[in-house]
Amino acid sequence: MSDTPIYDIENLHLSFPDLAHKPLLGPALRVEILKGISLSIAKGDVVGIVGGSGSGKSTLGRAMIRLLEPDSGAIRFDGQDITHLDEDALRPLRRRFQMIFQDPMSSLNPRRTVGAIIAGPLRLQGVDRVSARVDQALDHVGLPRAFRTRYPHELSGGQRQRVGIARAIATEPDFILADEIVSGLDVSSQAQVLNLLEQLVQELGLTLAFISHDLSVIRRLCRHTLVLYRGEVVEYRETQALFDAPQAAYTRELLDAIPLPDLEQVWD
Amino acid sequence: MSFLTIENLSAHVGPSPILRDVSLSVEAGEVRGLVGESGAGKSMIGKAVLGTLPLAVQVTSGRILLDGEDLLAMRPRDRRRVIGAKAALIPQDPLTALNPSRRVGPQITNRLVDILGWTRQDAQMRALELLHEVSIPEPERVMRAYPHELSGGMRQRILIASAFAAEPRLIIADEPTTALDVTVQKQILKLIRQMQQRHGTALLFVTHDLGVVSKVCQSLTVLFGGLVLEDTRVEPFFAHPSHPYSAALLAATPKYTDPDASLTPVPDAVIEGVQAEIAAHDRMQPHV
Repeated sequence: MSDTPIYDIENLHLSFPDLAHKPLLGPALRVEILKGISLSIAKGDVVGIVGGSGSGKSTLGRAMIRLLEPDSGAIRFDGQDITHLDEDALRPLRRRFQMIFQDPMSSLNPRRTVGAIIAGPLRLQGVDRVSARVDQALDHVGLPRAFRTRYPHELSGGQRQRVGIARAIATEPDFILADEIVSGLDVSSQAQVLNLLEQLVQELGLTLAFISHDLSVIRRLCRHTLVLYRGEVVEYRETQALFDAPQAAYTRELLDAIPLPDLEQVWD
Repeated sequence: MSFLTIENLSAHVGPSPILRDVSLSVEAGEVRGLVGESGAGKSMIGKAVLGTLPLAVQVTSGRILLDGEDLLAMRPRDRRRVIGAKAALIPQDPLTALNPSRRVGPQITNRLVDILGWTRQDAQMRALELLHEVSIPEPERVMRAYPHELSGGMRQRILIASAFAAEPRLIIADEPTTALDVTVQKQILKLIRQMQQRHGTALLFVTHDLGVVSKVCQSLTVLFGGLVLEDTRVEPFFAHPSHPYSAALLAATPKYTDPDASLTPVPDAVIEGVQAEIAAHDRMQPHV
């Protein structure tokens, strides 16, 4: 393994047209979502990305796997500049970065079987032995192989999210982006999915970026934590250090706001 | 005397039971948490009290006493009048609870005018007073705004103001902060608790988050599959939950201050235990 970071992001800017205030004639003004973000992620690292709604955490994630194209700045993936690559140039790279979505109900096609869903990205990539790879992915996420013939609506929320994870790991990617993947789940299935993710990171040597608004989950899972506030990096440090002594006022505010299942924590 | 008493309430959707002999009470001025995972029936209890159960749900037995009056024994007209005067709801999603095509003001005042017979001026005054009480800046301007012009936290404040407007003695809060950011959630929880204390309202707080329970409730009821597993004060619960499922649920709740505490999924053995309890309960029932 080389020392090249898997992601090296420099001064990233990204904006969207502000359609809520579009003038009658002429183009809409743009709202800047990411305002100069720089960060670097080492291979094998697990990075938590936190922030309030509108902080730009999902936008950053989507820019990293080039579902969005930044305005300016640079994203280097394993040394290669992917900031403005077009779709044809990106396709071979897509195998190497995958995404797990927040809501498995809307990110799994209800009319396709679990087997077909997991095989989808493999077929697009022209991989051979698709069927064996699907079985392998199901094994990894702890679902019986017989689930290949089931449909998403026949599964529980936790099982559906496992299918989402299986689809992401099936192409044997180097990097996975997980965007709020446990926020729709009950605490008990949440714990199961997190345990699974932790185990997969170790077994498969994945690099993982985990977007969440829940700092408790981040502390459990992530080695480094990036705190975003209105499109800017507030703090990016080792998780342990960040929780022990948060430097930024916003990080402290986020931590204080988490309701602990504990009567000793009193809000004044 | 409890302000709300539910006695042996059972409800079905078709042949399947969704509430199984639920009994609980909320004292005047008390906050009771109603806790469970999805499908536990916690929201259904709130809906049963407010008379807003989906049509497919049939209440098969039990009583709901609101301030001593048996709601299920009343004619629907009378029931609506009693509930409208004495109870109110703080809903989960402030965006779907407000009509997007109407200004905020009338959405607060109409209920006071149409159902409670206030004059428009009185209702207007009261709405402004309450928006002020829930710390909304420039209440006059906000009354003329449309819901989409306001942030999620502001919309939830408006619904809180609206719930307290007619001085109800019972409020049912159905996951009122699930859709909000943690920092906004903290403000809203503090506000709900403050308003509840100031007005001496009884509050039934439906949530899946034991962290939230520990911040706002004095007592709680734990549900699974429509069956009450535990009914207790918060102090003994957080020190030592008595039901194995409650203990497992508490252990599965993440806690960032304790890095060693792993998130432990609710063990299968515990779930099987609860399912056996439910099956045993169903066998005791006369055939429906």
